[in-house]
Amino acid sequence: MGRTLAEKVWDDHVVRRAEGEPDLLFIDLHLLHEVTSPQAFDGLRKSGRQVRRLDLTIATEDHNTPTLDIDKPIADPVSRVQLETLRKNAAEFGVRLHPLGDVEQGVVHVVGPQLGLTQPGMTVVCGDSHTSTHGAFGGLAFGIGTSQVEHVLATQTLPLVRPKTMAITVNGELPDGVTAKDLILAIIARIGTGGGQGYVLEYRGSAIEKLSMEARMTICNMSIEAGARAGMIAPDQTTFDYLEGRPHAPKGEDWDAAVAYWKTLKTDEDAEFDAEVVIEAAELSPFVTWGTNPGQGAPLSAHVPDPASYEDASERLAAEKALEYMGLEAGQPLRSIKVDTVFVGSCTNGRIEDLRAAAELVKGRKVADGVRMLVVPGSARVGLQAVSEGLDVVFKEAGAEWRHAGCSMCLGMNPDQLAPGERSASTSNRNFEGRQGKGGRTHLVSPQVAAATAVLGHLASPADLSDAPAAAGV
Amino acid sequence: MEAFTTHTGRAVPLRRSNVDTDQIIPAHWLKKVTRDGFEDGLFEAWRKDEKFILNQPEREGATVLVAGPDFGTGSSREHAVWALQNYGFKAVISSRFADIFRGNSLKNGLLTVVLDQKIVDALQELTEKDPEAEITVDLEAREVRAEGITASFELDENSRWRLLNGLDDISITLQSEDDIAAYEAKRPSFKPRTLQV
Ligand code: SF4
Repeated sequence: MGRTLAEKVWDDHVVRRAEGEPDLLFIDLHLLHEVTSPQAFDGLRKSGRQVRRLDLTIATEDHNTPTLDIDKPIADPVSRVQLETLRKNAAEFGVRLHPLGDVEQGVVHVVGPQLGLTQPGMTVVCGDSHTSTHGAFGGLAFGIGTSQVEHVLATQTLPLVRPKTMAITVNGELPDGVTAKDLILAIIARIGTGGGQGYVLEYRGSAIEKLSMEARMTICNMSIEAGARAGMIAPDQTTFDYLEGRPHAPKGEDWDAAVAYWKTLKTDEDAEFDAEVVIEAAELSPFVTWGTNPGQGAPLSAHVPDPASYEDASERLAAEKALEYMGLEAGQPLRSIKVDTVFVGSCTNGRIEDLRAAAELVKGRKVADGVRMLVVPGSARVGLQAVSEGLDVVFKEAGAEWRHAGCSMCLGMNPDQLAPGERSASTSNRNFEGRQGKGGRTHLVSPQVAAATAVLGHLASPADLSDAPAAAGV
Repeated sequence: MEAFTTHTGRAVPLRRSNVDTDQIIPAHWLKKVTRDGFEDGLFEAWRKDEKFILNQPEREGATVLVAGPDFGTGSSREHAVWALQNYGFKAVISSRFADIFRGNSLKNGLLTVVLDQKIVDALQELTEKDPEAEITVDLEAREVRAEGITASFELDENSRWRLLNGLDDISITLQSEDDIAAYEAKRPSFKPRTLQV
């Protein structure tokens, strides 16, 4: 019988296999950042171990870094200690590090692909659940805990139990104005935050094949929000074109050998998935969340649901709690929800295409009174690219704040946070209670919805902009 | 890692589903660079509410958390496991755990036990009614026992063996040094490197 893409990549990395034991898998790329690595380096030090493969390891600073005044010392002493700890550890063990201020610094999941370090058929790990992003290239990429970070540092391998596979087939074509973010939010609402548990998701079908690499990364990024550790998309010409010429992409004969191998990385016709979900792209529209987990979402044209409509008791309770926390009423149209803050950025939607899409909509318009809009490139390079295209000027002229690269308002670890009760439309990936700052209320949206929301002051799609081109039709 | 054979203790019934790791330990705690001292951050936001179950005097010293479904979703932070352990929990029972959280817990010797929702409900009812009620989590017999309840649970043999013996994964893996070296020798040259060597 044929094998799925996930099974092929898995099999190619088995170092040791024994009955009744997890497989020992080789790890091709290990990404590090300041939050989940200190205790791992400490462990190495205590047991007198070294980093086995410095040439397969790279670190960047992202979670704690400020996005303003980056040339000044970091104000928060605790954040500073964490960043300094990474710098010390990198120097002591010899790990390549891109610190704040470096041109290759940025959110770890934006940096890897942009350097061409993330390639098809690889195993990629990082002490961060959104490592699933890298699966967009057709590799197995997943988040690990700090003990596993230490394990990979010491051995370049991980003992793992083979996951099951789930196909998520998206037929047709996404309608105009509907983005990868809307698609993944709709998928999570459909299968639930636990629906992908134990599975590697493979996104496939014609709608997926038409997506750009950046849009594919947005999809794979949020696999974890459906409970899956990894999501992947088979590599194709779009993938090869994205990679060719990047700093760490193979060159010359190596390129040809690599492409020949990458072309074998697709699910065989006769392979069987353990589960399958089918989605019709044409039925989708802009999608937003109303609750406090990414599965609590609905089309923007819908209303806040009534908790009483849930049959399952724990879901009903979860919805009640969510509405209370979010300060929303059942039955309220989603479009009537006013926001205080709009955040465009993160490893979900902080790449150049996302910034272009948001800029196009705010160009010549103004951010609504009383709304602050934060635009934060996912990496320093994305920032430079945006500046070279004049996007920073577009944002600033519209009244938005243009910041330096980092995780920023995706999570409350650096100075960019929501105040208690403050409401945001955010292009990030988690709307958990307090995720963007204590008491903050988050609605997850696409960059396009974020931009339209910033202009109108309430949740809105590009088609709601009064002078929107009629063709948008959503 | 401390070995886990069997443990008996009082419980905290936590009637919430989808408890994500941001709730277990909020992000600002992640700035610490050690593995201990996380107990005060455990469920920090909820603990501000004096009615929250962990704040009840009769729950003090409880060591078994009986949680709702989909416990530990979200971020991969291992700090969530350390926070539960620093606080004094030895075992967590739920009908469903998020994968990464489960993996992290078993690596640190925090036993996560998967039981049928019906049994979890029964354990929650029992321990809500009687805070003194004890739950025994017996890894040798793969069994959870409490007054009027006996339920067996599954755990793969390898994880069980590691927990029972308190074995650290890295030393086990390093016994396969030859296999790792042999694999490395045949990796294709087109695979990327972060450094020139
Ligand atoms: S941008 Fe957000 S989700 Fe991505 S790595 Fe940073 S904190 Fe995590």
